[in-house]
Amino acid sequence: MKKILIVGATSAIACACARLWAADRSELFLVGRDEKKLRQTCADLQARGAKRVTTFVMDASDIAAHPAMYEKCLATLQTVDICLVAYGSLPNQHACEQSVEQAMEQFANNGSSMIALLTLLANRMAAQHRGTLAVISSVAGDRGRPSNYLYGAAKAAVSTFCEGLRARLFKSAVHVITIKPGVVDTPMTLGLALPALLVAQPDTVARRIVAGINRQVAVLYVPGFWGLIMWLIRLIPQPLFKRLNL
Amino acid sequence: MTASLASWGNYPHAPQSGLPCHWQADIGPQWQQLIESHGTTLPFGNGRSYGDSCLAGSDHVLQLRPLNRFIEADWENGEVCAEAGVTLGEILQLAIPRGWFLPVTPGTRHVTLGGAVANDVHGKNHHRRGTFAHSLVCFELHRSVQSPMVCSLRENPQWFAATIGGLGLTGVITWVRIRLRRIQSSLIDSTRVRFDCLDDFFALSTEMDARHEYSVAWIDCLASGNAQGRGCFTAGDHCETEGLEVAARRSLPVPIRPPVSLVNPLTLKLFNHLYWKRQSANRQYRKVAYSSFFYPLDNIEYWNRIYGRKGFQQFQCVLPASVAAAALAELLKSIARSGSGSFLAVLKRCGDIPSPGWLSFPMPGTSLALDFPQNTELATKLLPRLDAIVRDAGGRLYPAKDAHMSGSDFRQAYPAWKQLEAMRDPTLISRFWQRVIR
Repeated sequence: MKKILIVGATSAIACACARLWAADRSELFLVGRDEKKLRQTCADLQARGAKRVTTFVMDASDIAAHPAMYEKCLATLQTVDICLVAYGSLPNQHACEQSVEQAMEQFANNGSSMIALLTLLANRMAAQHRGTLAVISSVAGDRGRPSNYLYGAAKAAVSTFCEGLRARLFKSAVHVITIKPGVVDTPMTLGLALPALLVAQPDTVARRIVAGINRQVAVLYVPGFWGLIMWLIRLIPQPLFKRLNL
Repeated sequence: MTASLASWGNYPHAPQSGLPCHWQADIGPQWQQLIESHGTTLPFGNGRSYGDSCLAGSDHVLQLRPLNRFIEADWENGEVCAEAGVTLGEILQLAIPRGWFLPVTPGTRHVTLGGAVANDVHGKNHHRRGTFAHSLVCFELHRSVQSPMVCSLRENPQWFAATIGGLGLTGVITWVRIRLRRIQSSLIDSTRVRFDCLDDFFALSTEMDARHEYSVAWIDCLASGNAQGRGCFTAGDHCETEGLEVAARRSLPVPIRPPVSLVNPLTLKLFNHLYWKRQSANRQYRKVAYSSFFYPLDNIEYWNRIYGRKGFQQFQCVLPASVAAAALAELLKSIARSGSGSFLAVLKRCGDIPSPGWLSFPMPGTSLALDFPQNTELATKLLPRLDAIVRDAGGRLYPAKDAHMSGSDFRQAYPAWKQLEAMRDPTLISRFWQRVIR
């Protein structure tokens, strides 16, 4: 039984994690953009055993809205055991290459707004001297691939930020876990041509994430084999890497 | 990701591309997209239909398994409302610890709510509680051109009746509200006894069905001569005491699909013989977990793979009570002579509680179900012979399991097909429907 804040609560991975926590009779504070989806998610989690579920409509790219959201969350939950930051969008890489505006917007959505939110959450968690900040980054942040480097750059920023934050908050007894999912079968990856063997189901991913949070892992690849894949990809030397179309 | 989907029997082999619906709001737009690019489609749940009733005429389905949220759970009164992609197993996971169970469950917990309605599934307590339709409070039906409507016995009763057993053709079911039944324990008090012939089966069934809520029999489909009709009868009731526990055991998967079927006359004969020998001639009383009583095959994930790449066909018929004994004997004789069949052949007496669904499968009488590995002789020799016996007996086949029945047999056995055809959503059609209404 925990008290949990989830930002990006209607994402498939977040929903699957929330179901596991609901079964544990946890108390959940769900933040998302779409009120209808939040309501449906809330009803689902209540039926699955959550002690209490509260929803809050917020567009996470609206940085000015973050503090009010956290105040409401704290007023509702009293204390926060876990913050799961799970929002994001998969940009169209080609469009981002053509339009500065789109590139900046996507970077803000997946990168800088997350850094803003984490800065706020970090200070609040540090003040309570306990809890876990769980951040969904991506394997895409491990290397800049031509097919997806804008998203990758934003996630790399988040991963690096989290690494520093982990070391800083360690002194305040707050744990930061960087979660790097590979390809997961979610609405975000709909329409991508992907080899079935590499695609994981959200509930498999969620079990590993929830266990990883409990074990206080620092960096968690989900599923685990992505750790190996990304290690190999990082080993590819530049002269070769730049000739590939990964 | 766009998934490639198949029916459970993997025959006919027609890979379906699925457009998933993750939210209720996705249904309309995704459906429109499929209509625009492929003309027609079909709602697809968890792919547990055996034949071609879950395959779209266009091979492009609207995939509803991802639509799997609970909407409301009333644990005081035992009522659950959930989106159509929620499986019966997911409901049990929540219901059992709170002292509730499904009033009617089929032999696998991996079917979705939408699929359970569309095929009006039944279970081992058909003689007591009828089909899945009897646990329904209401459901929502989405049509391509109308706004969604709630259907129940009172509201839109025509659509209610057409959609139950309507094979997903009347529209897309978005959510389903069902009643649950109280249980005191997750264990089943079971009685097993082996029988030597069909007469003994009918005598046992008459005796046991009156006393027990659940009953089913395994039959040795290859036994011939004096041994014909031998099998093992199982009856059960929910235990009155002991705890409420959800099955936690992880199922073992069949890891790959072998190139040829592992079920062949040799392995089959051996298995059936040993299995029958193992059963005690005396009545055995045991407490067993609900999962092994209701869902023995769920313990082997992807068991359908043992039939190899060609897949298999399930043959399930129901025979009217008055002629069931004679027709069954005929069927068993033909099957034993062919040497083909499955480890699991199931006999079950169906009761006389009618379903509100027009195209519901069960009728008062006896149902036989078994699998045949797919091969070319099946369609030319054995199945026509079996179909003729069922036809002459005035029985019928189960569309959810079927990949072969002739159009004329179907139309004869299900005269309400015309009404269903009239109410079918013009944008929905299955390979099964294309095959049987011509």
